[in-house]
Amino acid sequence: MTLLAVDNIAIQFGGVKAVDDLSFAVEKGQIFSIIGPNGAGKTTLFNMISGIYRPSRGRVTLEGTDVTGLPPHLLARRGLSRTFQNLQIFYRMTALENVMVGCHLQERRSVLAHLLALPSVKRQNAESRDRAHALLTRVGLSADAEKDAGNLSYGALKRLEIARALASDPKLLLLDEPAAGCNHVETEEIDALIQTIAQDGVTVALVEHDMKLVMKISHRILVLDYGRKLAEGSAQEVRQNPDVIRAYLGSQASVGAAHAGT
Amino acid sequence: MAQRLLNHRAFGLLVIALIIAVAPLFFPSTFYYRMGTAIFIAALAAVGLNVLMGLAGQVSLGHAGFYGIGAYAVAVGPATFDIAPWAAIFIGIALAAAVAYLVGRPILKLRGHYLAVATLGFGILVSMVLTNEGTWTGGPDGMGVKRLVLFGYVLKDRAAWYWASAAVLLVGAVVAVNLIESPTGRALRALHDSEVAAAVNGIDVARYKLVAFVISACYASLAGSLAALSDAFITPASAGFLKSIELVTMVVLGGMGSVIGSIIGAAFLESLPQLLARMQEIEHVLLGLIIMLVMIFMRDGLFPTLARRFRRAAP
Repeated sequence: MTLLAVDNIAIQFGGVKAVDDLSFAVEKGQIFSIIGPNGAGKTTLFNMISGIYRPSRGRVTLEGTDVTGLPPHLLARRGLSRTFQNLQIFYRMTALENVMVGCHLQERRSVLAHLLALPSVKRQNAESRDRAHALLTRVGLSADAEKDAGNLSYGALKRLEIARALASDPKLLLLDEPAAGCNHVETEEIDALIQTIAQDGVTVALVEHDMKLVMKISHRILVLDYGRKLAEGSAQEVRQNPDVIRAYLGSQASVGAAHAGT
Repeated sequence: MAQRLLNHRAFGLLVIALIIAVAPLFFPSTFYYRMGTAIFIAALAAVGLNVLMGLAGQVSLGHAGFYGIGAYAVAVGPATFDIAPWAAIFIGIALAAAVAYLVGRPILKLRGHYLAVATLGFGILVSMVLTNEGTWTGGPDGMGVKRLVLFGYVLKDRAAWYWASAAVLLVGAVVAVNLIESPTGRALRALHDSEVAAAVNGIDVARYKLVAFVISACYASLAGSLAALSDAFITPASAGFLKSIELVTMVVLGGMGSVIGSIIGAAFLESLPQLLARMQEIEHVLLGLIIMLVMIFMRDGLFPTLARRFRRAAP
């Protein structure tokens, strides 16, 4: 079953076509990866799907409903969540509170009750706290729960963003370079984490530069170049696609050689 | 143990309540009751502004406009429309909330300096209306305010106002602390740090900015009402640009985001001129210099900086 469908989507910045006439579909339960050289339009694509940019043409469909141009907070209600390539952390809050913000949609939102600290609000806070604790444990940050987010390491912040994104109980999770800047061990941890997320029934769309990671965990891979689709298919198909090898890895290289160094 | 107590916001408020209760024992004259009242009322407005500035990170340079709405509600309401002063307080709050909602919707779309200038314009607008509608407001000369009567008791005595305004401040502070620790408070703090991350987590950023703006306007209006009632007199100057700047200074000086900080900032800024009054000519120079030094050496504000130092000293 198709969870996310993107049809003929396009966006321009000035005269530059960052994404041009792109179509693809993500099936439920898949890990769907998007790769491509720097500037290929991967993050721009994520920004359009998650409502941060409005596409100048085309359509985004989530579970059969047209959601093109919906603002991010309404997309979140429909089960879309994401992380950011350049971290977007709430630095003045603790790690736990960061994840509690992710629980926002599950919380009752009566401002008057909050001002008066009614017993229901205390229960609510306790529920969100438990939920956030569980998610921090899941990403391996339970020891850092009460630390200010600003004091966490880069790798920890990457995982904190994943925990926060999971707190909204998403159907579709967009991960924008979750392993960027992480060392070998951290990358392996994130790799395992993404796989358990997918096993739990959350569909994952992944933008990632680490080819080894992508090839290992993806069910399907979309290759972008200059905002257009270069290839799409399984890891095996993409690996052998001559266009991909030429554009993405240079004409003489192969994918194997590319990640041998990493 | 000491650390856990310090971290608990309710503990800080308890200490402040204790100081308020004990302070009158050391008052050499009734003048100090009056000063205390002025501090508590300013602190109430600052605690409210802190919800907007400290939590949500949105600046307002026109908050004295809401203060003025509250002040003139209790002045004009009883004088012109024969409304009971206590009822006029609530009418003022409702009016300030409605105005904040209508003004906030368009201008909260602006960010940073643009929002500052838009709120500044709003404050000037209110102050001009108050100055020019002379038939109702008495114009620039101001107007007398009828005394507040509660359960047959006329609130007039300086000591009575000291206790009454202290009670309102503490309730207002508790409500603000409640807010910080609630889902709404987390949403406000989140959008302060990253609007885009707040939005993808389901937070309706525009709505929550408006919520913060309306709440802070209600606080300002209540403070304005109390100021007018306790002084029994009000002028448009008390709702002017300078008042807005004072409120912002209190919040920043005390420590953005901290309820206790806002109270300390208000106490600092209200009492310092009195302490410096003996210096006469250089009073204002010293006041400015002290504020500058605090901001240079305690960038996070008085309370957060001092609390951190104390915590380090007493592990």
